[in-house]
Amino acid sequence: MSDSPAIEAEGLAKRFGDTRAVDGVDLSVAQGAVYGVLGPNGAGKTTTIRMLATLLAPDAGRASVLGHDVVSEADTVRSLVSLTGQLASVDEDLTGRENLVLMARLLGHDRAGARERGNELLEAFGLADAANRQVKNYSGGMRRRLDIAASIVVTPRLMFLDEPTTGLDPRSRNQVWDIVRALVGQGTTVLLCTQYLEEADQLADRIAVIDHGRVIAEGTPAQLKASVGRGSLHVRLLEPDQRARAADLLGEEAQLEPDPAGLSLPGAGAEQASAAIAALVAAGIGVAGFSLGQPSLDEVFLALTGHPAEEGEAEQVAA
Amino acid sequence: MSALETNPAAERSPELSQVHAALVAGERPPRPGIVAQCLTFGWRGMLKIKHVPEQLIDVTLTPVLFLLMFTYLFGGAVAGSTGDYLQFLLPGMLVQSVLFVSVYSGVALNTDMTKGVVDRFRSLPIWRPAPLVGAVVGDSVRYVLASAIVVVLGLIMGFDAEGGVPGVIAAVAIVCVFSFGLSWAFTTLGLVMRAPNAVMNTGFMLLFPLVFLSNIFVAPDTLPGWLEAFVDVNPISHLTTSARGLMGGDAETGSILISLLSAGVLTAVFAPLTVRLYRKA
Repeated sequence: MSDSPAIEAEGLAKRFGDTRAVDGVDLSVAQGAVYGVLGPNGAGKTTTIRMLATLLAPDAGRASVLGHDVVSEADTVRSLVSLTGQLASVDEDLTGRENLVLMARLLGHDRAGARERGNELLEAFGLADAANRQVKNYSGGMRRRLDIAASIVVTPRLMFLDEPTTGLDPRSRNQVWDIVRALVGQGTTVLLCTQYLEEADQLADRIAVIDHGRVIAEGTPAQLKASVGRGSLHVRLLEPDQRARAADLLGEEAQLEPDPAGLSLPGAGAEQASAAIAALVAAGIGVAGFSLGQPSLDEVFLALTGHPAEEGEAEQVAA
Repeated sequence: MSALETNPAAERSPELSQVHAALVAGERPPRPGIVAQCLTFGWRGMLKIKHVPEQLIDVTLTPVLFLLMFTYLFGGAVAGSTGDYLQFLLPGMLVQSVLFVSVYSGVALNTDMTKGVVDRFRSLPIWRPAPLVGAVVGDSVRYVLASAIVVVLGLIMGFDAEGGVPGVIAAVAIVCVFSFGLSWAFTTLGLVMRAPNAVMNTGFMLLFPLVFLSNIFVAPDTLPGWLEAFVDVNPISHLTTSARGLMGGDAETGSILISLLSAGVLTAVFAPLTVRLYRKA
């Protein structure tokens, strides 16, 4: 039993009207690690999670969680997993403490036990000062922390995290990341859905890239990066005005980056890179900094899907 | 692209060692019984009354205004004297105010849906309809509070309850039972509409004609024949007649039975429908 994979899915499919939201997803997730599901908005991540968490019945295919079928043994699955949805699903009218006590009571703690567990979690998640405030007055980061705390009132064997840092500031995001690492360190398996490449890179041991309801690539972050070949030379200029000239000098392959002073040369090796920098300096273009590295997951994504990952605000995926 | 290391670790507020400890301590207690689960959701409803009393005030204010306005403005014209009209109107205002409160069962459920709270409840190892049953049971407390407001105001204005305390309690009880049944229709509505506001608007749009085309405000024998026919079959008329009879000391068994039957039919149709929609939500 404890040897069964955390998640095993074969040909999982779900359609809404004419839209194939999930179109034959295969997943195999080992226990005890963070498994990233990476994809743009509308790729089918949330629908996949909802099927695995027994909220939505698949139209086709099958899936099991820790050895239990998500359809025929849904109740058992629910007692092993917890879900932290995209929306920070806590009751905004209640206080933070009341939310946690509510969960603890529903999971079987008696009155005193529920209160004790609530206090313990509020303390651990840095919410003790805000315990008696209504959640509607919480910041996005506090709300998300409370949401995760509510998901571990009973420590789950498997936790679904659906875009846990969407809309958070960098500090809150790092806090959430720390919590995820703590979860894994304690032995919980985490299925992390994200549209942020950096997040998958930072946290996940393995990643499935999903697009249009299908898994289009799977592997460790390093494998995925290696699959697109060599990395890029990234250059940052002192003067943004000189970027057009610099791009001309570096040749047709040069790409402009979102940073007005940045440009890159994909597929550059060390020799080509040093020649490029030398050419820029010789032409009197000031270089503020440069780096030569592995391809980013952004580039992996572009190479795999033919379109860049959209990093906009998350639209709620219809479900 | 990974150069966002702007925050020193010392600033982070969650205590990771405590998070670890909390995780280790997160053992699963035995699963609570179905009744305990429903009561916990009922408790949640109580907390909402405490934190968002406006919801109760909003819907109670309308009948209170109606009661004051109709009694003192139209009472003399409709019934000869304001005192006589108050005797006639108050039980109907009780009905109206509690029915209005029942719309909120649908609004609250829709809010839970749109905020994602339903997803959390549905992912828990609990009896699936427990959140629904608990919420509807919790709403009964709202009904009693709304009833109390109307009855107390009526007594202050000079309403004479000839049925005494038992009659008033029985009237409140039958109105609450009927509203319990009707609230399932609104929870169904809450699961098919897209936004809480839409539930509220549609709910009141359905309820308003039924409330006005009843015997709450005027005796039906003053109405044209076709309208009288509708008013006579409107379940809200029967409910009002029941409440009027019980409060006035001459209860009508027929109306009471029809009211209870209506509540039963509403529950039998809409409670399973709500549960069905909720499972698939």
